[in-house]
Amino acid sequence: MAEKVRSGGRIRARKEKTVHRAARGVKKVRYIDYTLLFMVIFLLGFGMVMLYSTSAYNATLRMGDSAYYLKRQMMAAALGFAGMFVCVKMDYRIFQKLSGLAYIGSLALCVLVIFLGSGKDDSNRWFRIGGLSIQPSEIAKVAVIIFLAAMVSRAPKQMRDFKYCIRVIAAILPLFAVVAYTNLSTAVIIMGIAVIMVFVANPNYKPFFAIAGVMVVAVIVFINMASYRQDRIQAWLDPESTDKGYQTLQGLYAIGSGGLFGKGLGESVQKLGFVPEAQNDMIFSIICEELGLFGAICVILMFLLLLWRFMVIANHAKDMFGSYLVIGIMAHIALQVILNIAVVTNTIPNTGITLPFISYGGTSIAILLTEMGVALSVSKGLQIDM
Amino acid sequence: MERSKNFMKKKITLIGALFFLVFLVLMGRLVYLMVFQSEYYSQKAEDIEERERDIKAARGRLIDADGKILATNETVCTVSVIHSQITDADAVADMLVKELGLTEEEARKRVEKVSSIERVKTNVPKETGDAIRAYDLDGVKVDEDYRRYYPYDELASKVLGFTGGDNQGIVGLESRYESYLKGTDGKILTLTDSRGVELKDAGESRLEPVNGSDLYLTLDYNIQSYAQQLAEKAMEECQASAVELLVMNPKNGEIIAMVNVPEFNLNDPFVLTDGTETSDMDLLNEMWRNACVSDTYEPGSTFKIITTAAALEEHLVTLDEQFSCSGAIMVEDTRIRCHKTTGHGPETFVDAIKNSCNPVFIQLGLRIGVEKYFSYFRQFGLAKKTGIDLPGEANTIMHAEENVGPVELATISFGQSFQISAVQLAATVSSLINGGIRITPHVAREVRDTQGNLIKEFTYEGERIVSEETSGTLRYLLNQVVSSGTGRNGDVEGYAIGGKTATSQTLPRSNGRYIASFIGFAPAQDPQVLALVIIHDPQGIYYGGTIAAPVVRELFENILPYLGIGKSEDLAEPSLQNP
Repeated sequence: MAEKVRSGGRIRARKEKTVHRAARGVKKVRYIDYTLLFMVIFLLGFGMVMLYSTSAYNATLRMGDSAYYLKRQMMAAALGFAGMFVCVKMDYRIFQKLSGLAYIGSLALCVLVIFLGSGKDDSNRWFRIGGLSIQPSEIAKVAVIIFLAAMVSRAPKQMRDFKYCIRVIAAILPLFAVVAYTNLSTAVIIMGIAVIMVFVANPNYKPFFAIAGVMVVAVIVFINMASYRQDRIQAWLDPESTDKGYQTLQGLYAIGSGGLFGKGLGESVQKLGFVPEAQNDMIFSIICEELGLFGAICVILMFLLLLWRFMVIANHAKDMFGSYLVIGIMAHIALQVILNIAVVTNTIPNTGITLPFISYGGTSIAILLTEMGVALSVSKGLQIDM
Repeated sequence: MERSKNFMKKKITLIGALFFLVFLVLMGRLVYLMVFQSEYYSQKAEDIEERERDIKAARGRLIDADGKILATNETVCTVSVIHSQITDADAVADMLVKELGLTEEEARKRVEKVSSIERVKTNVPKETGDAIRAYDLDGVKVDEDYRRYYPYDELASKVLGFTGGDNQGIVGLESRYESYLKGTDGKILTLTDSRGVELKDAGESRLEPVNGSDLYLTLDYNIQSYAQQLAEKAMEECQASAVELLVMNPKNGEIIAMVNVPEFNLNDPFVLTDGTETSDMDLLNEMWRNACVSDTYEPGSTFKIITTAAALEEHLVTLDEQFSCSGAIMVEDTRIRCHKTTGHGPETFVDAIKNSCNPVFIQLGLRIGVEKYFSYFRQFGLAKKTGIDLPGEANTIMHAEENVGPVELATISFGQSFQISAVQLAATVSSLINGGIRITPHVAREVRDTQGNLIKEFTYEGERIVSEETSGTLRYLLNQVVSSGTGRNGDVEGYAIGGKTATSQTLPRSNGRYIASFIGFAPAQDPQVLALVIIHDPQGIYYGGTIAAPVVRELFENILPYLGIGKSEDLAEPSLQNP
């Protein structure tokens, strides 16, 4: 027991001021998890600094305003904080009732964007409304988290049956397919979130390992089917041998030239048009160049701390719905961070995944902050075993 | 309200642990990239981020035996505008009009052109470049550069050669000694963004250039320019197509002058000698060609020196041996005529060489025999190139030994039916009369760096090719040719001159074109200077003794005192005769 308390040290310290000192057994926390909130604010602030550093050159060149991307990111963040505030204030259990609507709504949006959206090449990923652009696939991630959390927590008994688990996964297949049509990487994240949530809800291990095996085989077959993906594989194995490896290679140049402590904030040269769209997916490579290995590891540690907070909240949520919500959120953040850094360091083939809180992307920031609001809302009702 | 199950907590922990592991792997990957691969990627990144600007190394100078500079560098400027850095476009355009003589319209176009760097004009004189720099306008760049400059335009043009656009040697000494002259270019490295715009506060790293070394030549400016005058005069008087005049030191092979008229202007190597500019490489190569080295010709009677040397070495003739010339000689079934069709009548060998009597030398050749003759041909160094330090030396064109019968041998004996280069004849005769040591003709004496420290000295070793005795006899005979033979016109008052004339008909024999030549040396008893003049296709009188010998006489009259060679008496007959 004592060890458990120590593992939730901050909660305990705060709790002692707020809850009856002498109370024993299950205790309720009334305040939100400020550790999580501060870490999110810190990551966001750090992200803004890095975004400005990275994007100022491109912004000046294209928009004539060095803070163009920063301003847009700040507006999205303001919107996100509003969403966060609303989520923290209201009872998250309302989402349980709205889960079906969230799913259907996001599915509709994702279908609509195919026909009405805009984007480069053939993939229409954005709605453009006035000066705003909204990416429905970002909304779809949250919708899946809410939908699955509701579905899984509603039938805990059935979830022990693996067949039911398959049915749960099958339920999100339509959304997966629609998102995959325009944005395969996001669809993969959605599937990853779903599998992790179902994995936690089912006491078995073996079938999931089987699924993991099947997925690996599927990915290999999939890659071999499409030649443009083979190009990507070639660019991954030997980025210097092909034109497709340009972005990867420039990212590696940036990372490698960072060294232990980096060139210093703002001193990156690779961001000056060498790394294409450095403020998006490749922003981590510029962090490496400017802040070095030291800075890069600090960023990774920040995300690890964030994940640890999610674990604590998920483990001590007052109900299963809240618990699953936070598990989904944790899976979401973890998968994106892992995939992004793995791509930037050329550990896996290139795929377009942004780094949460740091990469440029309005919808992503607004949704992420709202998502954090949900997690904070769950943290309000934590029950800690004493 | 249901609490999360125990298995759930386990699974959440497992997921967390898995994520943690993956994060660890990624951190390991970062350590690998940023510590172990850092140097590799930093270098790669720098390669693409840096813009190099070369600082040209000054090319080494060419300096004559007396310290006169025959090739040097002048500073010229390149004026460029950088569109993105221009702040006052009108002022820049006005300046371009005023200083570089551009039209208003042209200047506007250059200033308004969106390009990373627009080169407006190259080879701008330094004063203009300095003036433009003084305007201190943003976006205007004046880079200094070196251009090769030859102060004496045409002097020794085919020997010196010239340089190309990248200051690299193209022909002649400039090409042959490129590695010494070139130097190592320096670099200015500046960091740029992906569009190539220099970063303001990135600073420059500079790699200083190493200037090329100076090449000190054996050429003498005064003799070269005087020889050129003489050659030009001879070319005009004889209405010849070309005249070559080669002056060298027979003792060590140093070339003192090498004239090939018409010469071309080294500062304008793409303008033909008739004043037209061309890009026809055949015409240009023809003009740049050093005929003394790269062309072969039938030497004619001057080659009798070689036949004589071989016969003397073999003791097949004595100076007082009696011959008789009837104006022609039958070799097998072929009748070969003497140049004097009425014949020279009875004559000693000394008379025969003074008369340049073909039948006598044919007899000498036949006495030597094909095998011996070829053996001497090789021993004298005639079969190989001389090894002169100029590019494009021509090989001797000679019969294959097995194809030579008496008739061919007879023609070879008096210098016909095969071809050698002028420099080969001069080098071989030099070696035969200098006491018998083969010399290597050369133009470069040594290499010194900009501070004058010796970098390299060119020395040449030679083998003995004839005995001292034969060499002495040859000097006596050739002195006789000049003092009272066909070479009379080569004689210089107060000096003992040795020499031999030649008049050869060029192929095809029917078109009546001739080559008149004379090879002379002084002083005959101890030769210190040797000159060979070759006049191609003279109109009117074409005898070597009449038109070529006076050229060398005039040359010697002026350069012997200049070289500090005192007057002397003619050679006495060598006391030692053949047994």
